[in-house]
Amino acid sequence: MAIIVNDTIAAISTAAGQGGIGIIRLSGPAAIDIAEKIFKGNKGARLAGRKSHTLLLGTTYDPADGTDVDEVLVSVMRAPGTYTREDIVEINCHGGVVAMQKILTLVCAAGARAAAPGEFTMRAYLNGRLDLAQAEAVIDIINSQTEAQLKVAVNQLEGGLSQKIGRISDALVAVLAQLEAAVDFSDEDIEVLPVDEISRMLQEAHGELKALGETSSRGRILREGIDTAIVGLPNVGKSSLLNALLREERAIVTAVPGTTRDVIEESISVKGVPLRVKDTAGIRHSVDQVEIIGVELSRKTIKTATLVLCVIDGSLPISQEDLELLREIKSDPAVLVINKADLTEHESVAGLELPMNFKARVRVSALTGGGIEDLEKSIETLFFAGNIDMSDKALITNARHAQLIERATRATQEAFELIEASMPEEVVSTVLKDALSDLGEITGETVSEDILGRIFSQFCIGK
Amino acid sequence: MGKQAYEVIVIGAGHAGCEAALASARMGCLTLLLTISLDKIALMPCNPAIGGIGKGQLVREIDALGGEMGKNTDFAAIQLKVLNRRKGPAVQALRAQTDKKVYEDRMKRVLWAQDNLSIRQGSVTEILLRGGEVDGVRLACGFTCYSRSIIIATGTFLQGQIVIGDIIRPAGRMGELPSLGLSDSLVRAGINIGRFQSATPPRVDARSLDYSKMTPQLGDDEPRPFSHTTQTTQRKQAPCYLTYTSKDTHRVVEENLHLSPIKTGAVTGHGPRNCPSIDRKIMNFPEKERHPVFVEPEGWHTTEMYLQGLTTSLPVAVQEKIIRNTPGLENARIMRPGYAVAYDFIYPDQLYPTLETKAVPGLYTAGQINGTSGYEEAAAQGLIAGINAALRVQGKEPFVLDRSQAYIGVLIDDLVTKGVDEPYRMFTSRAEYRLLLRSDNADIRLSGLGFELGLIDGERHRRIKEKERLVAEVAGSLESTIIQPTDALNDLLVGAGTSVVNRSISVAELLRRPQIAVADIEWLAPQLKQLTEEERLVVEVDVKYAGYVRRQLSQVKQFKRLEARHIPAELDYTQLHGLSIQAREKLTQVRPRSLGQASRVSGVTPADINALLVHLEQSKARSPV
Ligand SMILES: Nc1nc2c(ncn2[C@@H]2O[C@H](COP(=O)(O)OP(=O)(O)OP(=O)(O)O)[C@@H](O)[C@H]2O)c(=O)[nH]1
Ligand SMILES: [Mg+2]
Repeated sequence: MAIIVNDTIAAISTAAGQGGIGIIRLSGPAAIDIAEKIFKGNKGARLAGRKSHTLLLGTTYDPADGTDVDEVLVSVMRAPGTYTREDIVEINCHGGVVAMQKILTLVCAAGARAAAPGEFTMRAYLNGRLDLAQAEAVIDIINSQTEAQLKVAVNQLEGGLSQKIGRISDALVAVLAQLEAAVDFSDEDIEVLPVDEISRMLQEAHGELKALGETSSRGRILREGIDTAIVGLPNVGKSSLLNALLREERAIVTAVPGTTRDVIEESISVKGVPLRVKDTAGIRHSVDQVEIIGVELSRKTIKTATLVLCVIDGSLPISQEDLELLREIKSDPAVLVINKADLTEHESVAGLELPMNFKARVRVSALTGGGIEDLEKSIETLFFAGNIDMSDKALITNARHAQLIERATRATQEAFELIEASMPEEVVSTVLKDALSDLGEITGETVSEDILGRIFSQFCIGK
Repeated sequence: MGKQAYEVIVIGAGHAGCEAALASARMGCLTLLLTISLDKIALMPCNPAIGGIGKGQLVREIDALGGEMGKNTDFAAIQLKVLNRRKGPAVQALRAQTDKKVYEDRMKRVLWAQDNLSIRQGSVTEILLRGGEVDGVRLACGFTCYSRSIIIATGTFLQGQIVIGDIIRPAGRMGELPSLGLSDSLVRAGINIGRFQSATPPRVDARSLDYSKMTPQLGDDEPRPFSHTTQTTQRKQAPCYLTYTSKDTHRVVEENLHLSPIKTGAVTGHGPRNCPSIDRKIMNFPEKERHPVFVEPEGWHTTEMYLQGLTTSLPVAVQEKIIRNTPGLENARIMRPGYAVAYDFIYPDQLYPTLETKAVPGLYTAGQINGTSGYEEAAAQGLIAGINAALRVQGKEPFVLDRSQAYIGVLIDDLVTKGVDEPYRMFTSRAEYRLLLRSDNADIRLSGLGFELGLIDGERHRRIKEKERLVAEVAGSLESTIIQPTDALNDLLVGAGTSVVNRSISVAELLRRPQIAVADIEWLAPQLKQLTEEERLVVEVDVKYAGYVRRQLSQVKQFKRLEARHIPAELDYTQLHGLSIQAREKLTQVRPRSLGQASRVSGVTPADINALLVHLEQSKARSPV
């Protein structure tokens, strides 16, 4: 993002509900001046000179021709006590999307620039209002599509992750103070903690880091969604299943086998678990050029997907092609979806044996919606063991964080091993400082070494 | 002009001033060294020791750059010791007890013998300016002399006051005149001044002590010298003694705490946390039953003993009682009381890394005046200020060591970037590249620079180059010296507390075991025999910690990248959007030269650095390449 940080930006900051209230937000040094140009306060009241955090009722108008646009409530918030630490003006209007768009156009004509996505947050971060983890959380909130994603992001915004990391860093700094005291004040009359105790402290910190790191696979799922492929022979009802999961007619459904030729991708939320579902072309030998390419694409998708939903038509006998396809699927977990449960099930279906990576078999009717709920439940169980309440935990949802945590975990483990191998303190401390700087990069704070401060408060130094 | 003119003037002949004057004169500049008293040159007003952990490394670096402190300490040493011997060799440091008089006398002789150097007694009352730059100094006697490069190294003398109990007297040190007027002259020149304090313990008569109640503390049998030029330090060494305070000592202090200047407010300003008075130790750590007291001789020809650990400025009568109640000191006669000194210092973030003040071009400050404590910290700054003052006269590029090159670099970067809120002392934990900045390799790291500056002669430089080559060669050969498991070897390994080997193994691999020292494997690698003890140490650390040394080297690369990210000096931070108010103030004050330095300014967060980076990128994009 090319950032210019000294102009005034504007954006519609709440999605407009039908007839609901929407907000146009301005932030920057000229926010109040710009808003003033398109606003008539009731009884001639003006925005300039208003106290911070006050509301003013009035009307927005188009200065070009003097026509009124909408009745609005304007709040003025002055720097630095604002989200971005800049002057902020929020124009609350109730005229729906059209009015909001119009007001945004007006403020831009009056000198504001339309903000890039996440730019308010970027400013909050640059102005020191948020730490890095919090800023990233806001971006996640803006982008979050499911409940669970939102919960984690909100938790992170409230500083959950930063707090957790702060606590771990603190423990590491305590160890570091011991090591450094042993080096710098070895000629003093001080008693540093015994090696066992230091080992124990390191092990504990390592355990916590590891646990935090392990949340990252769940975190990544929450952030990016599970890469899911719906595959099967032609006409078994794959596109119908996608539509059923979406509860919307997204993919074309016909009785003609080979309808779907290309991969169709949609994001859906299954019990709060985000899925990126791909509907694929039915697998069969074909002479049609387009279909051949489609089938190749399907095969590729089978290989790369995290979760494969293999659909069969339950009303038909299990075919050789079905069996071949089952063997081709390597994703773990995979789910067998026996479709068309509204029709009589063919006797061969019950005896179908599944490879080990198939962790569930569900009967559904994509036509009637029967069993879809069951399918959703088994997906949820497969990925979150039935427990998707993450609200109380710091969760790593960001690839950068995951990488840093992993590095810090390794460094802490190494420090522990070095201590155990009776390596000298100054070597252990080198490794530990690496861990601390990795953690600091997540919160964007230097976990600065007031190590000396700690030493002086803990030990009586001074011969 | 008919006036006395010099190329460089140094005010103050303490540890900073001496190094500054010598460096400047040795670099060919006509130099004047001014001191309030010609009888008080290179004095050690506090403990009779040089070096220690962190400080010892500084002395070795000063020596490698051609400074005098190392040689002088070797000459005056009455006891030499390697500290951290049992720790990793990477943080070993030297400390010497010294004969104070011998130290002063030798330094004087060196100064007297130095070409290009004049020495004169006088108290400077005013710095003369012309066109905003320094022009000269005026002395209290009315004499003026001129120079475009002036170094102030006045220690604790600026508006100095000494305090014992409720007695407060103007003095630079006990019994010496303070420097009055110079402070005001600096304030007029736009320099901000703060106040610190420091204190020293009483000295007692060696003949009045009961040594049977103390433990002797001896030096090393085979002492290692500070200076890379000192051939031998084999000589008679004197013992120090260790005793402890008693419950009664503590009771006396507690009963009299209300008289302590820290309670009465007679001394204001911060003192060093690493060197608290006995009053403060007992106040802050009431649960501690005893505190060590090291009894150290001040010289061969004096009976004065220094009581390390009993620093205090309580009234003399209370000092007497404290001593009476300390085992071994019951009958001790005080020869000089302990006292505190309060003095003006200049906030060092007003300096460039050359130690030149930002306010007055040509004016440098070095030593305790910059808010540091310690002889070694002072000498290191003196050397750097002297070098830069001379380079300025010669119209050459300034000389700055960075944090990856030397403890001296760490010291000065900390001072000018972070400022100080207590007297600054060096610790190894301040250096992030500690495994590289070692006592044993100081000459290898810095002698080349000393040679370029003209402070190290060609012969010495050649010898160090040869040492560097030899050490690298032997270290490499240990990797390729493969030995077979034998009973003798395995006996040794078991004896050292490590596991046996049952396959062929390189000597280097053995050395990397924490339990194995270079002495243990010497018989397996005869090439080690050609090395001196010091060279063996370099090899030991480089091999033993090879992985970690490499890691720090790669961190240094990253560090250098940020240091190379130049920030224009004229950058107006007040106009820079996205900076916190605090960062704006701090950055305006410090005016960092690089993004790396900016990131170390206290109160500047990574968010500020991002904003700064954005700005630098944008102005780069705007300006045509
Ligand atoms: N009775 C019944 N018919 C269904 C069900 N699901 C899909 N069908 C029908 O099966 C036919 C094929 O459905 P699609 O969803 O297009 O099948 P597909 O697997 O996507 O087919 P291709 O894209 O051609 O591979 C359509 O006529 C659907 O109406 C179901 O659960 N029950
Ligand atoms: Mg289809």
